Order: sequence, then C-alpha cells, then structure tokens
Amino acid sequence: QQKNLEGYVGFANLPNQVYRKSVKRGFEFTLMVVGESGLGKSTLINSLFLTELYSPEYPGPSHRIKKTVQVEQSKVLIKEGGVQLLLTIVDTPGFGDAVDNSNCWQPVIDYIDSKFEDYLNAESRVNRRQMPDNRVQCCLYFIAPSGHGLKPLDIEFMKRLHEKVNIIPLIAKADTLTPEECQQFKKQIMKEIQEHKIKIYEFPETDDEEENKIVKKIKDRLPLAVVGSNTIIEVNGKRVRGRQYPWGVAEVENGEHCDFTILRNMLIRTHMQDLKDVTNNVHYENYRSRKLAAVTYNGVDNNKNKGQLTKSPLAQMEEERREHVAKMKKMEMEMEQVFEMKVKEKVQKLKDSEAEV
Amino acid sequence: PHAGPVESKNEAAMSELVPEPRQKPVVPMKPTGINTNLLGYIGIDTIIEQMRKKTMKTGFDFNIMVVGQSGLGKSTLVNTLFKSQVSRKSSGWNREEKIPKTVEIKAIGHVIEEGGVKMKLTVIDTPGFGDQINNENCWEPIEKYINEQYEKFLKEEVNIARKKRIPDTRVHCCLYFISPTGHSLRPLDLEFMKHLSKVVNIIPVIAKADTMTLEEKTEFKQRVRKELEVNGIEFYPQKEFDEDLEDKTENDKIRQESMPFAVVGSDKEYQVNGKRVLGRKTPWGIIEVENLTHCEFALLRDFVIRTHLQDLKEVTHNIHYETYRAKRLNDNGGLPPMTVETEENHESNL
Repeated sequence: QQKNLEGYVGFANLPNQVYRKSVKRGFEFTLMVVGESGLGKSTLINSLFLTELYSPEYPGPSHRIKKTVQVEQSKVLIKEGGVQLLLTIVDTPGFGDAVDNSNCWQPVIDYIDSKFEDYLNAESRVNRRQMPDNRVQCCLYFIAPSGHGLKPLDIEFMKRLHEKVNIIPLIAKADTLTPEECQQFKKQIMKEIQEHKIKIYEFPETDDEEENKIVKKIKDRLPLAVVGSNTIIEVNGKRVRGRQYPWGVAEVENGEHCDFTILRNMLIRTHMQDLKDVTNNVHYENYRSRKLAAVTYNGVDNNKNKGQLTKSPLAQMEEERREHVAKMKKMEMEMEQVFEMKVKEKVQKLKDSEAEV
Repeated sequence: PHAGPVESKNEAAMSELVPEPRQKPVVPMKPTGINTNLLGYIGIDTIIEQMRKKTMKTGFDFNIMVVGQSGLGKSTLVNTLFKSQVSRKSSGWNREEKIPKTVEIKAIGHVIEEGGVKMKLTVIDTPGFGDQINNENCWEPIEKYINEQYEKFLKEEVNIARKKRIPDTRVHCCLYFISPTGHSLRPLDLEFMKHLSKVVNIIPVIAKADTMTLEEKTEFKQRVRKELEVNGIEFYPQKEFDEDLEDKTENDKIRQESMPFAVVGSDKEYQVNGKRVLGRKTPWGIIEVENLTHCEFALLRDFVIRTHLQDLKEVTHNIHYETYRAKRLNDNGGLPPMTVETEENHESNL
C-alpha cells in the first residue's frame, strides 16, 4: 500500500542520476545482419546509422569468394548530443550463397554461443570490473523480395536461432514490390512464421495507451519492408535520401514508400534498451541455465571450455529438496491408488456375498 | 547400313566417328556467287511467298523453357512476352503453393494466333530449381528433360515409316533468370549455365530489373557479361554459330551491349499520358514494361520473337540436336538402339 509523503524527499531525481551515469559510461549495442548477398544489408546499415561503415571500397561479395560462411565484426563509435554509442555490427558474408547451403547457419550459432560463453565466464570471475558485453542483441534477418513466401533456408535459420537471439525479419529491397504485392507477401510470411512456430522478437506491451497504439501499428506492418540509401536526391524542392529511377524516386524515409523509418525508430529510438534486456534476461539466461545444468547433472564436466564455474551449494540444496518433494508426491499417489483398488475389491466382495445371501 | 535420313551433311558427320561430339556440323551455306544476269523474270523469288503460305497453314511449334529461383517473375514475364495467360501461373496454379522438394518439369501448351499465323507455344516451367537448402545437381532433371526431347525426336526420325511432320517438343530456347543482386552471378547460376549451354540455347535475363537504378543496372550487366566470359559460358547467340559477317556484327552488338536483358514483366494495364500501358504501379511512379527507358523487355521480346525465333529453332535443330544425335549414334556403334523394336511397331501399324 502506497504511503503518502509529507514533504519532498528527492528520490524522484533518481532517473536523472541513472541517465547521467549511463551517458558518462556510454552505450553498447551489438547488431547482427544475416541474409544472402545482394540484399542490401550493408546499404541498410549505412542508412540506419548514417555512416559509411561499409564504404564503396568495402569488398563486396563479388570480390570475396569464400567457401564457407564467415562471421565478421566491425565496431564504430557514434556520438550524438553528448551520448556515445559503441556499435558493433556482425556480418555473415557467404550465408546462403553456395550451391549447397546445408548447415550454413552453424557458424552463426557458434558465434552467438561463444559470445554468451565469454560473458558467462566474465560474470563468474572474481574480478568483474571490466565486463565487455559482446553478446548479439539483435539479429536482422533479410528476406529476399520474391513476393511468394519464405524459402526453406529462411525457415530453417529462424527455427534454429529464435531461441538464441532476437530475430527481426525484414523484407529487403522492398522497392521491388508494389503495395499490393507487399501486403500479400507480408501476410504470407507471418502465416508461415506462425505455422512453423518461429518466435520473432515481440514488442512488449506497456501501460501507456499511446505507446501501445504505436506498438500495434508496428505489429501490423511486420515484417518490415525496407529500402536503404544514403544518396541525396532532390524531390519537389526537398532534399531526401532515396533511389532514383527513370519512373520516380523511391524515398527511404517516406512512410508510404517503405518501413525504413519504423525500423529505425524502433531499433534505435524506442526499443534498443528492450532488445538488450530481452537478450540479457531471456536468451542469455536460457544459455546459462542449459550450460550449467549440463555441468551438474552428469557430475562430470561435459563442456570443453570449463571456466571458473561452480554450482552454488544453495542451488544444489534446492534441487535436492525439489527431488525429494517430487518423490514424496509420487509415493503418495501410488499409495492412494493402491488404497482405492483395495476399497473397490472390498466393495465388490460385499456385493457378491450380499447376492449370495 | 543405318536407317537414318539420307542427307549429305549427316553422312559427312557420321563417317568421321566424331571423337568430340561438339564438332560443328556443316550447315547449308549461302551461295557465294549470285548470278544477276537473268534473261527475264523467272519467278524464283515467289518461293518466299509460297513458304509463307505454307507456314501459315501448318503453323509452327515453339518451346520455351524458363529456369530460375521461385519469385523471380518467370511466369509473369512469359505471360507478358506472349501477351496472354500462357504460364503455369494462369493454369490454376495457386500463389501459395508450397515450393516442391525437387525440381519439377511442367510443360503447358497453348495455340496462339496472330495475323493468320498459328503458333503452338509450349512453356516449360521448372518449379523448385534453386529453392532448396541444398541445390547440388538441381540442373540434372532439366538436362534430362532436354535430352529426352532430343531422344524422342531421334526415335521418330529413325523410324522407317515416319510421320509427315515430326512433333517437335525440343526446347528451342531457355530463359535463365538471374537474381538482381547487383553484385555478381551466384555459384548456382554459373553451374547451371556451364552445364546447360552445351545442350540448349540459353538466354540469360536479369529478373525484376526495377530493383536497380540505371547505374546499378549498367554495372551489373557489365560484371555479369565478364563473369560469363571468364567462365567460358556461351549463351545464345553463340559466337561460333554466326554464319556471316552480317550476322556477326548484329550479334556482336547484342552480345556485348544489350545482353543480358534487364527485364520487368507485368500483366496489368495502367493509364499513362492518355495511353494504356502494361506496367507496375508503385507509390513513386509507374514502371512501363514496354518503355525502353524503363527496362529492356521490348528488346527481349523483339529478340526472341520478332527477329531470332526462327534462328533459335534452327540452331536447336542443326546444332544442339545434331550434337546429341551424333553422340548417341556413336555410342551405339553407329546403330541407334531400339531400331528393331520401333521397326516392328511400325511394321505392325502398316
């Protein structure tokens, strides 16, 4: 029950203190991009963060002929209004490009797990002053704009990664589709995602009515159809970012042309913190409990990289207690069953003897 | 000693026991000297009119195959090319049909008529190509189908009692759809074209070209042409089959500048500047399919239908089919197998 204060205490200032501390510390965010080559991933990243992380000289897929999928990370420090963000972009060149793409998702899974492992080890150390967080907080999955539905590779990838990382599926190069085609495509994709029980990143419900309305609008437009560009073109006297075609200019920041603004606002301006929280509280915890459980249940350490992990004695006791309780319950049930059976038999016998009499 | 058609060119090819099936057979040459000193009008030139009348009466076959990953607009393009609903998409195919687990070959035939000329058009679709996670050897069913059509034709040719007009199901033209990534060809594209350019006329097209700006398009085309050259892929019109200088100049221009054609397809019409055009309507403009400043569909259509249709058939018959035939007859020591069986069948029909 909330008590009324009889004066001004001052802890209403706490959010500001947190804010000031965070700003001083700076923020970190790790974003992964996955998709076949040629879907405009690099261009989109450049557009989202208004940088040339992938400069025109960056060797495009045509120059990088790799036989296996690589996982590469690049870091960039972005400063805006006194706030600095250390952005790590994880790229996966070669994904889905080969003739035989079986298991092309494995290097991606291995990378994500290794980052979780690093964090787990850092968390368990005695000296935890410096804990770099390189865990992948968001994975943008690029779907080719075929207009039909998901490809087998798309489904396979998302099924294997939806419990390890926040997946945000995007329709790439959305200026290939007319509005009707886009609508139908989105519907088909969401239908298939539900059919295959793929858990993409879910926007959280809030107490705020206004915010919920915005969230609902975003949900209706999933998956987001994006177009990327950093070329500035003049349209009706305005300077906009877009792609110039002989038949018109597709504007990147025009909500009627594509969902780029929605993605940017969601990813950077509203849900960045939530993405990090979900990664920390759900995906990382899943990894952690699975990892630690594997260590104790077999008594022997199954994991190749041990690290300084010890199972807390409290947790061990809790487990034993639970086991005991479960055993007791089972015994109780068995006894009840036996009792019931005996009662039935007795009743039957009485009935029989009555009949005889 | 063999029950084949008696024509000089075949005898020449046969007598050599061709070690490499790809030897260029002799094609009837144009006369080198033209006698212009005619003493009056003979009327030889009316042969053209006679041929035209014959063609109109009998009509002709054309078989076009489309290959490419699903969602590249193959069915739409074919409908646009022949200005009618001739693709698999229109024959009761549901848009939400699942991708087949293996490559299927679906041939749908239509008869279309224009200016009194009847064309029996067969569109051969290849759903499932390149759509799986593992696409190893996914071109094999396609190669098999093409060779089966050659085999069918060969069997008919080799019969004692042949049909007056052998039904031609051979694939005359294969449109290969390249995904407009803007970067380069995919390993699968190269694999397919390497294998199949030896058995069929391949015309590579860049699909959904409305994804690319003009600069991106030009760059991509250049890169694709270079990659095709580096990998030794001979697409139609093949350099080695240019018959004379006129052909060579014309085809060189097409090979080095226009191809691969960057196309957009549509079967919907919109009003633009008072005209009704085929196009795609986006919030930022209408893409006109037949407008050469927007895409190269008109070039592809003219190339395949208005200028090179007959040549496609001839190259298929004189070169690809002959190569197949020579190889088959050589493999069997000069005798086509099943000869006895077919002879018996046909004798019994007599």
